[in-house]
Amino acid sequence: MHPAPSVIIFTSVSGLGFGLLIFLGFGLPAPMGVIAFIFFALAYALAVGGLMASTFHLGHPERALKAFSQWKTSWLSREAWLAVAALIVMALYGAGLVFYGIAVAPLGWLGAFLSLATVYATSMIYAQLKTIPRWNTPLTSLLFVILSLAGGGLLAGQVPIALALLVGAGIVQVAYWIWGDQALEKSGTNMASATGLGGQGSVRAFEPPHTGTNYLLREFVHVVGRKHAAKLRIISLTLMIGTPVLILSMNANIFLVLIAVLAHTAGLFVSRWLFFAQAEHVVGLYYGKR
Amino acid sequence: MTQLPTSTDRKLGLVIDLDTCVGCHACVISCKGWNTENYGAPLSDQSAYGGNPSGTFLNRVHSYEVQPEEGAAQLIHFPKSCLHCEDAPCVTVCPTGASYKRVEDGIVLVNESDCIGCGLCAWACPYGARELDAAEGVMKKCTLCVDRIYNENLPEEDREPACVRTCPAGARHFGDFADPDSHVSKLTAERGGMDLMPEQGTKPVNKYLPPRPKDKMEEIEILAPLLTPIAVEPKGFMAWLDKTLEKV
Repeated sequence: MHPAPSVIIFTSVSGLGFGLLIFLGFGLPAPMGVIAFIFFALAYALAVGGLMASTFHLGHPERALKAFSQWKTSWLSREAWLAVAALIVMALYGAGLVFYGIAVAPLGWLGAFLSLATVYATSMIYAQLKTIPRWNTPLTSLLFVILSLAGGGLLAGQVPIALALLVGAGIVQVAYWIWGDQALEKSGTNMASATGLGGQGSVRAFEPPHTGTNYLLREFVHVVGRKHAAKLRIISLTLMIGTPVLILSMNANIFLVLIAVLAHTAGLFVSRWLFFAQAEHVVGLYYGKR
Repeated sequence: MTQLPTSTDRKLGLVIDLDTCVGCHACVISCKGWNTENYGAPLSDQSAYGGNPSGTFLNRVHSYEVQPEEGAAQLIHFPKSCLHCEDAPCVTVCPTGASYKRVEDGIVLVNESDCIGCGLCAWACPYGARELDAAEGVMKKCTLCVDRIYNENLPEEDREPACVRTCPAGARHFGDFADPDSHVSKLTAERGGMDLMPEQGTKPVNKYLPPRPKDKMEEIEILAPLLTPIAVEPKGFMAWLDKTLEKV
């Protein structure tokens, strides 16, 4: 899949924002006044900024509101509803903290639950696609959710919880990579089933439909970036998990924690870039590619 | 709505005969022509006469080489367009309701004025049947020439998809698969019409007829005993060379 910056920013940044909102909703921490305002402003900047980024790759962003209509079948539509609901509920909860110094706990729990559901819905946009075997697994949702929680915990300054979540996220991430590398083979979709000619002999793509490229190849067959995948996985793990775990394990000051946050975010971008760049769409098989 | 109908009154679709297709790409051109000049946004080209031409097509012809275990390889031309699946994953993922499957005839269509160009339907399609038009920013796909097949302004023989009408080899057939007596249903039954990627669970309506097995020349038994077999063993210098090289 083409690793478009808009979807990488959308999934990773909104994941961080909603992750922080989950922690704020559970009162971890439960700041008041100005401190609360700073926490909520950061969470909203990330969540809303990420959601805005998702509209950049639309052919007609001016019609984006129509995307709320098909929640009965479409995970993208459900995500839109859940995101708006989470943002509204958390805004009310946050207003209580910032302006009145009161924490309406049930409202916070509801907001946290909706934020978690939003991240899950985001993951399902990808995990539902049978055409991309690497994504078509509950591991995708687990990865998105645990990364969102780990990042949120880190931003919320919840050291023991964040440490546990980061280690957990690292394990899920590695499991996802190992499983994903065999996903296409195990899916049972190959050139033989794609062309239906497998029973007649071994099938080889002899000639593509056109000499030039096309939308399908640009969007679904991104082979160029895959060659450094192994190195990028190590870079991603080191930045996203290793660095923050090391810093949080020490009795770190605020400056070091800031570095941990930046490293985590950079590593998250690399991880998400790989998530797209390494994903093989079965349509590539018609072109003899993967 | 993006909820799929549980059943459709008719199941219009194509039979594509891989045995007959000669790979001339006439269906590609007639499809591009009709669908650029008629219903919906035109199928745009980018840098059509430049160094890196690219464009939107609703029908593309691949060519595959199939090497059987014994005998010569075979070249198979393979036209591919929307298969108007019964369980169309492209429809259910659409967030706006722009994509839908018609109850009356099963055709999968895009309402372009509702399409936000998110591309998710193209991601969900295993066949590469949907292409986002680079100029219009909306999703384009085969309409089964819905503006031809019901068009009473056209002579009756033209009321079929442009690709079917134009195919010089008769490799494409249009009809109703819900009717067991239609010629497409009969062709599918007779020739073992198959689904592409059945494991994806899309239940495509369009069927592909596999290439017929190559026929073999029967040995003419009456004259064969009278003919002297041609020596396969080399003689003279070639025999010596053959033997020597074997030893080396």
